[in-house]
Amino acid sequence: MSIDAVGALEIVPRDQTADVHARALARILSDLTPTPPAVTHGRLYLVAGPPSPRFHAAIRDLCLDPILAEARPGEDVCAGAGWVIDILPHPGVTDAEGESLADALTRDGFAGVRARAGHRYRIEGALDPALVATAARRLAHQVVESVSWRPASCPPDEAWQRGAFMPEAQPDPTVETVPIRALDADQLQELSARRLLSLPREDMAAIGDHYEALGRDPTDVELETIAQTWSEHCAHRTFKATIRHRERGAEAREIRGLLKTYIMAATEKVKRPWVLSAFRDNAGVIAFDRGHEISFKVETHNHPSALEPFGGANTGVGGVVRDVLGVSAEPIANTDVLCFGPLETSPTSLPPGTLPPEDVYVGVVAGIADYGNKMGIPTVNGATLFDPGYVANPLVFCGTVGLAPRNRRPTEPRVGDLVVVAGGRAGRDGIHGATFSSDVLGAGHTELGSVVQIGDPIVEKRLADALPKARDLGIYTAITDCGAGGLSSAVGEMASELGAEVELARVPLKYDGLRPWEIWLSEAQERMVLAVPPAHWPALQDVFAGEGVEATAIGRFTGEGRLRVLYDRQVVADLDCAFLHQGMPQRMLESVWEPSPWTAQTPATSLDADLAELLERALADPNVASKETIVRQYDHEVQGRTVGKPFVGPMDIGPADAAVLRPLARSWRGVAVGCGINPWYGEIDPYAMALQAVDEALRNIVAVGADPARTALLDNFCWGNPNLPDRLGGLVRAAQGCHDAAVAFRTPFISGKDSLFNEYRLADGSTHPIPGTLLISAIGLVPDVRGAVSMHLKRPGNAIYLVGTTGDDLGGSLALRLTGQGGGRAPIVDLGSARRTLSTVHRAMRKGLVQSCHDLSEGGLAVAAAEMAIAGGLGLELDLDRLAVSESGLSDAVRLFAETPTRFLIEVAEVDAAAFEVVLRRLPHARIGRVVAERRLHVHSASHPLLERDVEGLRAIWQAPLAEARA
Amino acid sequence: MSAVATRPRGASRRVGNRPAALVLRAPGTNCDRETALALELAGARVGSIHLERLLAGEVVLDDVAMLVLPGGFSFGDHLGAGTLWAHRLEKLGEPLHRFVESGRPVLGICNGFQALLRLGLLEGGALGPNASGRFECRWVWMQRPAAGRSPLLEGIERIAMPVAHGEGRFAASGPASLEALHERGQVALVYCDEAGREGAYPVNPNGSDGAVAALTNRVGNVLGIMPHPERNVAPGMAPAGRESGSGLAIFANAVRMARG
Repeated sequence: MSIDAVGALEIVPRDQTADVHARALARILSDLTPTPPAVTHGRLYLVAGPPSPRFHAAIRDLCLDPILAEARPGEDVCAGAGWVIDILPHPGVTDAEGESLADALTRDGFAGVRARAGHRYRIEGALDPALVATAARRLAHQVVESVSWRPASCPPDEAWQRGAFMPEAQPDPTVETVPIRALDADQLQELSARRLLSLPREDMAAIGDHYEALGRDPTDVELETIAQTWSEHCAHRTFKATIRHRERGAEAREIRGLLKTYIMAATEKVKRPWVLSAFRDNAGVIAFDRGHEISFKVETHNHPSALEPFGGANTGVGGVVRDVLGVSAEPIANTDVLCFGPLETSPTSLPPGTLPPEDVYVGVVAGIADYGNKMGIPTVNGATLFDPGYVANPLVFCGTVGLAPRNRRPTEPRVGDLVVVAGGRAGRDGIHGATFSSDVLGAGHTELGSVVQIGDPIVEKRLADALPKARDLGIYTAITDCGAGGLSSAVGEMASELGAEVELARVPLKYDGLRPWEIWLSEAQERMVLAVPPAHWPALQDVFAGEGVEATAIGRFTGEGRLRVLYDRQVVADLDCAFLHQGMPQRMLESVWEPSPWTAQTPATSLDADLAELLERALADPNVASKETIVRQYDHEVQGRTVGKPFVGPMDIGPADAAVLRPLARSWRGVAVGCGINPWYGEIDPYAMALQAVDEALRNIVAVGADPARTALLDNFCWGNPNLPDRLGGLVRAAQGCHDAAVAFRTPFISGKDSLFNEYRLADGSTHPIPGTLLISAIGLVPDVRGAVSMHLKRPGNAIYLVGTTGDDLGGSLALRLTGQGGGRAPIVDLGSARRTLSTVHRAMRKGLVQSCHDLSEGGLAVAAAEMAIAGGLGLELDLDRLAVSESGLSDAVRLFAETPTRFLIEVAEVDAAAFEVVLRRLPHARIGRVVAERRLHVHSASHPLLERDVEGLRAIWQAPLAEARA
Repeated sequence: MSAVATRPRGASRRVGNRPAALVLRAPGTNCDRETALALELAGARVGSIHLERLLAGEVVLDDVAMLVLPGGFSFGDHLGAGTLWAHRLEKLGEPLHRFVESGRPVLGICNGFQALLRLGLLEGGALGPNASGRFECRWVWMQRPAAGRSPLLEGIERIAMPVAHGEGRFAASGPASLEALHERGQVALVYCDEAGREGAYPVNPNGSDGAVAALTNRVGNVLGIMPHPERNVAPGMAPAGRESGSGLAIFANAVRMARG
């Protein structure tokens, strides 16, 4: 079809104040000039099709609601001094809105319709052309969009507009044979770099040897398949590597795989019979009740989010949701944990190729909201951190919880089953994503447009609607998601034992022109691969068609142990599954751990600050401040299961420790979902950080009523380049911490993921890692959601208890960061007593003795007390002298701001106080004060006041920072 | 979830005392299951059907006692929330209008409300992007204006439930239309605070003209509501300070109407 006749239509909302795009441009201009001209924003639709008045009327009718917007012809030219900035998706980039428009017109009987949706900004006044160019470049997500600007008096550049459409192309059957046998080690390495294989020297050598023995050279399809399968992303080479680890004052020792030695070993030692699947399937699975199971998976999407925040985060959610679809479950909740550079980071101070943290923040939050909201999955828990260490490498952790009938997860394809791909179509999107994320980011990566995918949540929603029906009919024998590495990885994994034969010419494409290896590697989103017995194929097609899901049989499982790939009946790859999956050389790595110089310093015992002012600064720190601006952009109520909401208390502003879901309408049994993360302890000691992260995740879910004896954990490591011994040394320490904590708490790990190479390379060649960051996610059963507990103060006169011992633990604390002081060791969880503390608090809750409960984390007692008062709209009177302490002589500052782990602040009704104390008799605890009606936070010691603040004032300070940020 | 077959073709509109409610889905509809559950709790027999299967004639609207368009992001909200859903539903044509004219209840929640307005089954304005420019999820209060006459709101004075939308700001089609809607009793619910006072954001969460949260047609059998009553139909669903389960009243009224 021709794209010569392209009609353009601009739809301009009448209410520009509500238009986020117009606001974004206004803000950019106000940064650039003291007298910014007015701006407007509208959607720009380009439509190719039959040029008839009826067609134009149909387009206008679909795109325009005259009450809300006005339409202008796309070729509109204005007199005067203004500017027009147009943004359109690059050709081939997913444009769901344009596709919807074309679909609707096609259904209306118009033939040959194609459409692209973009944006048109108008600057209504004179402006320096250089500033227009700067603004235009900042508006466009240049990885996926192209931008054009012109004086408003000039007509649009039609050739540029037509460039948004994918040009016509013929199928391209080209398969290259890559002559690797002729190459020496250096040349092999050069080949790995040039083809973006990201394979190290020894891997390239192993591939060379393999083909030498076969007496032939590999095809590009084979080489790419091996690179995907062996990538860090897919094979977790670092976590399976043999590591020689050294620490000062200790013998070097050999660790045969971090995953096996620490993470999986903990799960085995803990031996929980309710763990149904750990580290085996796409997600971890635990029993919920006799008939149901709960799955949970957390993934990261860091590199793509650094380049294209909206698309990166968007497809991050889509990817982890597919993991849960991959264990045949229905997604019932999402979580997200985000790490950004400080929002106030000046755009001029950034390393080249780095987006301003503010743009990353806005894009990532919008991307998460878009995918989760549109799929109808409540986003119920998360965290947002800010630190300069994340400026060039933001972190985006996305999690999904699933619900399914128990043990009905088909996982075994059988010989003769069809290989079926379902969902979206393949395009050039995201080719090399798996190998890309296995390398260090540098300025050059922004040119690799194809590494970032754009999602279409409605396509995945259709899949999510269809799959449970197919599951309940029992018409597939295995399923996996098509993520990093595309079909090469999904089919390769599924066929790792049986082998399979696949015909690439059958794979549905968005557009022609892809070479066979590109079809095979495409990371186009919203696809699942299923194994379907031929007898069930018609039934499966029927179910999928009923939800508008495209499903195509592209091959079959052969039982021959070979992965054979054809294009138009020509063999383009023929790989031995054993070599593909077990032929990768065992990686050997060196690691070294040097204790932080901070540890040796005398711990700070006092803080050079007024305590009340310090509390105000703590509440205003973006790491502590209210995240309401972010969280309310996520639908946390859809599906009607969220009984423990992200915000609690009479004003709905209290930050809940964890979410509580009620998965089944006919049962009161619930699950709580929470997380623990604190990279600042890791700067001192990653081992302490890991203990703390586990402790915090467990504290959070126990605080809302979860049973710690029915709780499972997920680990997500985001680290720097593991090939550098100092980075790896920290990772080893963190993995050890995960093990020790999981064993001590008797909480198994059921799933985990690592994202390495989170480093940034500067022009001078130096590389800079993120702070080693460990996210622990916890999911625990709540025996009866009617007994769930919230963190807001309930009633004046109630008693306040602090459970746990307070120690000299300011190392890595928020208070020290705020006062610019170093020193100290990171707080260490007392693994001997922590489990008992959690189980005892839980027992008190089961007996109905707890009115409210909040864990103590960043900012210690001071911040926890302030948050409870803010949430409840009540006051507190606290006496510091009553605290249970680990040693005498702790300063007031330490007692208020220490971050000693395993502590809770608990509100108890006076009538229950005696019973509560009986339950807690074997734990260190103290009644430290009471709830008062007057909205004041009042802390004293030896009867002299230490801190006195109006709660309303604290609330305003705590709510302001992110509410004022752009979002 | 409903055990009722999704194809109640030829079934009577009523089995015993349980009228047949049809929950209509489109690609991207995502509140259909909790809406079906709410209808069941309210006493309906619920079937749920995909738009394309309805268009293909697998269910005949004449066999149904109540039609519900649930919330979600039909067609991704592309070209404006509800636009493409309404565009497809127009193809139903006469049977849909006959259904409405028969006086049987039609309930559109959130995205369903947006679609009903675009379809012209409700009138007087449009639902545009929130004044904040952002999607927002929060619990709100609403009350029935004195003139509000829909039987679907019978017995409801003030009620709490969550909003969760990006395009819920009611923009009246003209200066007189809001007044006209009130005069005809078509403004079914307006946003207010817990004491019943109107107010700015967040009391009016999206900047709606006249704080309009829900509308009915002139007869009162078609109700469009932006907040989600299905998210407050059982104990434990509401946060502190609100009555859990109060949203069920709307579904119960619909079931009573459907019984005729």
